[in-house]
Amino acid sequence: MSDKKPISSVNDFVVRFANVNGSGSASANEMFARAILRHGVPVSPRNIFPSNIQGLPTWYEVRVTEDGHLGARGGVDMMVAMNPQTWDKDVAGIEPGGYLFYDSTKPMPSTKFRDDINVIGVPLTAITNSTYTDPRQRQLFKNIIYLGALSALLDMDPKLIEQLIGEQYKGKEKLLSSNVHALHLGRDWALSNLKCPIGLRVKKSDKVGDRIFIEGNSAAALGAVYGGATVCAWYPITPSSSVAEAFTAHCKKYRHDPETGKAKYAIVQGEDELASIGIVIGASWNGARAFTATSGPGISLMTEFIGLSYFAEIPAVIMNIQRAGPSTGMPTRTQQCDIIACAYASHGDTKHVLLFPEDPAEAFEFAAAAFDLAERLQTTIFLMLDLDIGMNHRLCRPLKWDDSKQYDRGKVMTAEMLDEGRDFGRYLDVDGDGIPYRTYPGTHPTKGSYFTRGTSRDRYARYSEEGSVYADNMQRLVRKFETAQDLVPRPLQANAERPTKYGVIYFGSTSPAMDEAIGLLEARGHQLDRLRIRAFPFHSSVASFLAEHDFVYVVEQNRDSQLRQLIVNENGIDPVRLVPIVHYDGTPITARFIAKAIGDHQDHLKVTPLRKAVS
Amino acid sequence: MTYIAKPKFHHPGLKKNALGYTHRDYEGKISTLCAGCGHDSITASIIEACYELSIEPHRVAKISGIGCSSKTPDYFLGNSHGFNSVHGRMPSVLTGANLANRDLIYLGVSGDGDSASIGFGQFAHSIRRGVNMTYIVENNGVYGLTKGQFSATADRGSKSKKGVTNTDNAIDLVAIALQLGATFVARSFSGDKTQLVPLIAAAIRHKGASFIDVISPCIAFNNHAGSTKSFDYVREHNDAVNRLDVLVGRDPIAVDYAPGTVQVVEQHDGSKIALRKIDADYDPHDRLGAMTFLQKHAAKGQIVTGLLYVDPDAEDMHEHLNTVETPLNSLEADSLCPGSAVLDKINASLR
Repeated sequence: MSDKKPISSVNDFVVRFANVNGSGSASANEMFARAILRHGVPVSPRNIFPSNIQGLPTWYEVRVTEDGHLGARGGVDMMVAMNPQTWDKDVAGIEPGGYLFYDSTKPMPSTKFRDDINVIGVPLTAITNSTYTDPRQRQLFKNIIYLGALSALLDMDPKLIEQLIGEQYKGKEKLLSSNVHALHLGRDWALSNLKCPIGLRVKKSDKVGDRIFIEGNSAAALGAVYGGATVCAWYPITPSSSVAEAFTAHCKKYRHDPETGKAKYAIVQGEDELASIGIVIGASWNGARAFTATSGPGISLMTEFIGLSYFAEIPAVIMNIQRAGPSTGMPTRTQQCDIIACAYASHGDTKHVLLFPEDPAEAFEFAAAAFDLAERLQTTIFLMLDLDIGMNHRLCRPLKWDDSKQYDRGKVMTAEMLDEGRDFGRYLDVDGDGIPYRTYPGTHPTKGSYFTRGTSRDRYARYSEEGSVYADNMQRLVRKFETAQDLVPRPLQANAERPTKYGVIYFGSTSPAMDEAIGLLEARGHQLDRLRIRAFPFHSSVASFLAEHDFVYVVEQNRDSQLRQLIVNENGIDPVRLVPIVHYDGTPITARFIAKAIGDHQDHLKVTPLRKAVS
Repeated sequence: MTYIAKPKFHHPGLKKNALGYTHRDYEGKISTLCAGCGHDSITASIIEACYELSIEPHRVAKISGIGCSSKTPDYFLGNSHGFNSVHGRMPSVLTGANLANRDLIYLGVSGDGDSASIGFGQFAHSIRRGVNMTYIVENNGVYGLTKGQFSATADRGSKSKKGVTNTDNAIDLVAIALQLGATFVARSFSGDKTQLVPLIAAAIRHKGASFIDVISPCIAFNNHAGSTKSFDYVREHNDAVNRLDVLVGRDPIAVDYAPGTVQVVEQHDGSKIALRKIDADYDPHDRLGAMTFLQKHAAKGQIVTGLLYVDPDAEDMHEHLNTVETPLNSLEADSLCPGSAVLDKINASLR
């Protein structure tokens, strides 16, 4: 049936599941990914889903990657086509020589297939219907049955899947045994009716190590728990809602007083994003660590308050799980498109601190650090995640915490300090770092109170419209932002093996694709030094990196090359030397895309690949 | 102007309250509002109520939005922290502040533009949540700072200073607060301090969402004939259902009232309110009755004032959220951070 040699690959292929949302396929698909991990083989799964509850197409893609390439790859080696709605597109998307797995209960006309792919039919509905009578059971177990069949086709160890089922249904014996039964129904049918294994195979390895498998949103929420957040105010919006939901779940486990059962946290679902950020600002003004999680449209709504936080100098942590904009945009697709909107959010002259974690492990670290930074700098700190990191399970290093760490509560003048006669000026720069002292409300009967306002005022918080007083304050805010440069996570640089005039700057979820692209580019003979930016304001090493290279590619996931704009603007650099490499169709950026875009540009520059020059 | 320092000296014989504070200790900066502004009377009433209650001034947090009313927290309780926040957003800022430290007294000051227009949603939701606060709207039916546009509480048919007739229906914040479950609801008039001071005091002592709508004529833009928020109009149409005395640590019954004319309400904190009934049939524990009473009297053009509803056993937001007694802002890493051993277990569960 096939004109093309079947793809043959061990531990390096992409399986895509096409499902209907609301069909219960997600847990079976996730179990497939986890089962491969249990073989010691890294995987990188991605949900591709619509902004809808039931009935529309969803896909779940699992990249099996012994080499640990965790970015999206592009292309599909095996399609598990469970959704008739998307059949044609799904079949068309399979790589030549790839595999199509489908439910063969009802015969399909031959025109519905392709000659250059390998078709594997399993009568899933027939098997299911002959075993189960309850419609919901039929629906759910059909997913486990295809998982069983795949385990045989891909040569997976069924014991490892059984183990996962055992962990998932611990204490629910009936569900446990019925799931194991369904798994073997599918597996046994495949073993006795199909040629197993096919060209794609999973072979036990040891490349996973002690890494963990977690969604970025959950990790960020855990970072907020560890970072001491006590107030969370939020308004539901995809793809950020699961941050607040995970924070709720983590707090229920770890934040109740063991004796009284009372909560050492408060979570409020606001009536909108304005209320959410208002609650955060009110709580932070009053000395609690508070945060909100939102996405682009929420950021737009919050900007007035963000300006207040900047100007009145009130800490706030905003987790922005970016999705494709503008306006409602593509709510369930990923982008890094709010860089400018967040860096300069609000009217007037404002600048804000942005943190760019690359994966869940950094999301955890940076989320915890954001609260220290917010209180130290007395301003808004943005944790810039995106849907790709936030809503997908990502293999990453284990989360770490140093028990000796105390929270940095920043410059807070206490009643004792006031009684010692310390001069308290709310906007007085006593240390030369642009950061003034603050007092919490209720501190002292006669000293240290002040009136917080968004209008201009002098160093002692007294209302003033004097030009020089206003300018003095604005200049101090610039000094404070300079101080921030040395407090935020520094960029990480990785140089090519040989000296090169070319560099590349990237950040956030682009990281795994970039790492993989470097390998592809090196194979084409292109040498590039890399700088991964982890925060704004930019550390001085960014300027040095730019100075050391003739051309620097800036790789990002938005149309207008926003990080590049920010670099040009903040460093006063010649824009010609910064080459934009942008990917913005809502899918995660891939190594193939980056390598092609940079490679083509290098070719255009007539760069002689070093390898050729040597040979 | 607020930057004019107010002299601190005062008469040595000035009366002191139970904590040894004088009236002056509850004052703030000199008001920048127009001479004769109703808001200044409310400021004076807040000062009086806090003095009477012997509140430690620094244990109050004053939070406001934007507008003439929202400037007033600078003019009282100068030793309290104040926050003149964003237009219409006082309720959310106050909610957050209250979450951070449940031990302070929260005084929210807002206006009709701030609460009935731009901040209508936040007003509603802070009431719904039962935030423990005293929410005062200084209601003049007009945008003063921007020179006289109608606000959403301006009555239909009332005239602006420029002679324009308002064609939109008015929002009655008291009616809305009752519907949303506020557990202390009152209306008063800035020109009637004897009614207003005890209402503010009782609201402060109330645990839960207290709401007071204070009709406060704008001397510059809404005190003319044809306005329904002018001093003259409000005096003529004021229909007080009761007058009250807040008596902390005193037995109100000891005060000599005619039998059957007084209703004593004991609040959660033990403070007692003696309500001198004016309308004999009015029951301030009947939420539905209050709503009907308001509607009927509004239809007759009367402005109902007094303590309209109180639930002395109300719960507040912290009880709904089951938060610890210790203020959240004083918790440190030792009680908030689960630590590395727990993290190791979390890591293990994610493999």
